[in-house]
Amino acid sequence: MEGSVLVIGGGIAGIQASLDLADRGVRVFLVEKNPSIGGRMAQLAKTFPTNDCSI
Amino acid sequence: MGPGSLRSAAEAGADQLRIGVFVCHCGTNIAGFLDVDAVAREAGASPGVVYSVTTMYACSESGLKEISESIRKHNLNRVVIAACSPRTHEPLFREVCGEAGLNPYLVEMANIRNQCSWVHMDDKERATKKAAALVRMAVAKAARLGPREPIEVDVDRRAVVIGGGIAGMNAALDLGDAGFDTVLIEREPDLGGRLRGLYRLYPSGREAREVLEEFIPRVIEHRHIEVLTATELTGVRGFIGNYVLTVRTGGDERELEAGVIVVASGADVLEPHGLFGYDGERVITQLELARRMSQGSVEAGTIVMIQCVGARLPEREYCSRVCCANAIKNASMLVEEDSGRSVYVLYRDIQGYGTEFEDWFARAREAGVVFARYDPERPPLVDSRGVRIYDLLLGEEVLLPADLIVLSTPMVARPDARSLGQMLRVPVDKDGFFLEAHVKLRPVDFATEGMFLCGAARWPCRISEACAQASAAASRALVPLVNGKVVVEPVVVDIDEAICRGCGLCRDLCRYAAIEMVENERGLAVARVNQVLCKGCGVCAARCPSGAMTLFHFTDEQIRAMLRAARPALLAGARHGDEGGSAGGVR
Repeated sequence: MEGSVLVIGGGIAGIQASLDLADRGVRVFLVEKNPSIGGRMAQLAKTFPTNDCSI
Repeated sequence: MGPGSLRSAAEAGADQLRIGVFVCHCGTNIAGFLDVDAVAREAGASPGVVYSVTTMYACSESGLKEISESIRKHNLNRVVIAACSPRTHEPLFREVCGEAGLNPYLVEMANIRNQCSWVHMDDKERATKKAAALVRMAVAKAARLGPREPIEVDVDRRAVVIGGGIAGMNAALDLGDAGFDTVLIEREPDLGGRLRGLYRLYPSGREAREVLEEFIPRVIEHRHIEVLTATELTGVRGFIGNYVLTVRTGGDERELEAGVIVVASGADVLEPHGLFGYDGERVITQLELARRMSQGSVEAGTIVMIQCVGARLPEREYCSRVCCANAIKNASMLVEEDSGRSVYVLYRDIQGYGTEFEDWFARAREAGVVFARYDPERPPLVDSRGVRIYDLLLGEEVLLPADLIVLSTPMVARPDARSLGQMLRVPVDKDGFFLEAHVKLRPVDFATEGMFLCGAARWPCRISEACAQASAAASRALVPLVNGKVVVEPVVVDIDEAICRGCGLCRDLCRYAAIEMVENERGLAVARVNQVLCKGCGVCAARCPSGAMTLFHFTDEQIRAMLRAARPALLAGARHGDEGGSAGGVR
């Protein structure tokens, strides 16, 4: 598939959007202003309701 | 297609084993409650283990890098990761090891978090012993793992969407717009679903009719969408990429082939028979109110709405989520239509989110809608004079003389959702709504690959949410459609047809309809497994009386080795028990 997509923000939403696009063969540029991706979710210890650790 | 060879590692000889063990701290999740260093030390002394370390977060970027570098540096040919549940991270570890050149099925996990540190937080010594035993078992299994290649399947590049409401129409449009032929099945004679019975929509205030008039022609005229109305689904077989659905329109049966299925079968609204004097005339539901409002036939000076009717009770515990906003919208419109009207909303809690909701709430109060809170222990009473309510804020009973009483009832699963679920072999929850694969991370996937869900079939939701889920489901469904092939998990059953005696027990037990009985070249009945449908649950392998079935990655040989490795720990646990240890004991 031709073309590429820019995803702005590397939180859980941006990551999932990037993965779904990349899984379809689209080249994705995921841009995050912080040094690492993960966003708010990466700051959470355990996430409701399954209590998985967020990373 | 077809699995790789089932080569037992034992054949390679124990002296060639180079097992690496990585014991995860998981921050303090594991390291806070057991001695990870001791676990790694003990593992390091196990036969075949050439490298054993602890790692702060095995699943973090640096943790993964460490694993992949260690594989290369120490020439590891088996990896054991002692961390959390394989359900969450095994795919990740397999992938990383695969990238490092190790076959992904030469990786084994020991769950020393969920099954050890989390449940034995009060006994560090024995938790450590148990973790060491779990790792020993994983090492014993790792020594007997064999490599395997993933199974690749071609995908039929067509889709079927079940349900022609707003969610199903949206999903079909997204799939069709992407250029994939999609059949949309609707049981009713017309498209539109629940929107057909609604008047003005929250938060836009647009009429539902207008929205449908915009949507339905786009769906019907779409060159990639075929709409089958008044059509029932009667059967589904196959697997991702290769589904065959049987549908009946009137007397005609037809088969549809598709690579993916999107379920958008919607929900019903509870009819509150026997509750608050419901009679469909003076006491009606919000849906019936919507119909009267659209006909301009609401003739009432005082209207009382009662929230949470038939919801948030022991028999129906959930909150339907849309009723607060719906009541506030209808109450506002009734007062704005005729300022002489008195409208009361009796609620248990007002639940809402987003900025539009707050705006409508403020607008309703400014327009003069009165909100009064009731106690579920002392619910409002409806009689011929009106509604008697014990107002929690006033602390006294008030009589509201009502001409019209409107009950807000929850969305409920369709009565046939369970049988649809059985047909599709996907689960429903205790309330009859469909269950997604993962409540947070895979909200529109079914656990069955190639099936997706959206809209109120999953949970009561607003139109905007149904549309968002529909686009998400279509987007997920597009992955296999665009690629034209999928790779499925090869942890499946192998049948040795030479040993199989054709009793058929496995076929009867298989929940996934993955096994069929066929005649072999000698004319004997034997079981044959469809390895794409097989989910690797192992029920058949455990039951097979002749030992013809082997579940890859969980072979008898591997499990026996794990039990042998566990035995010292089992004995130690029994001794502790004799000394008086009971609940939470390490066994």
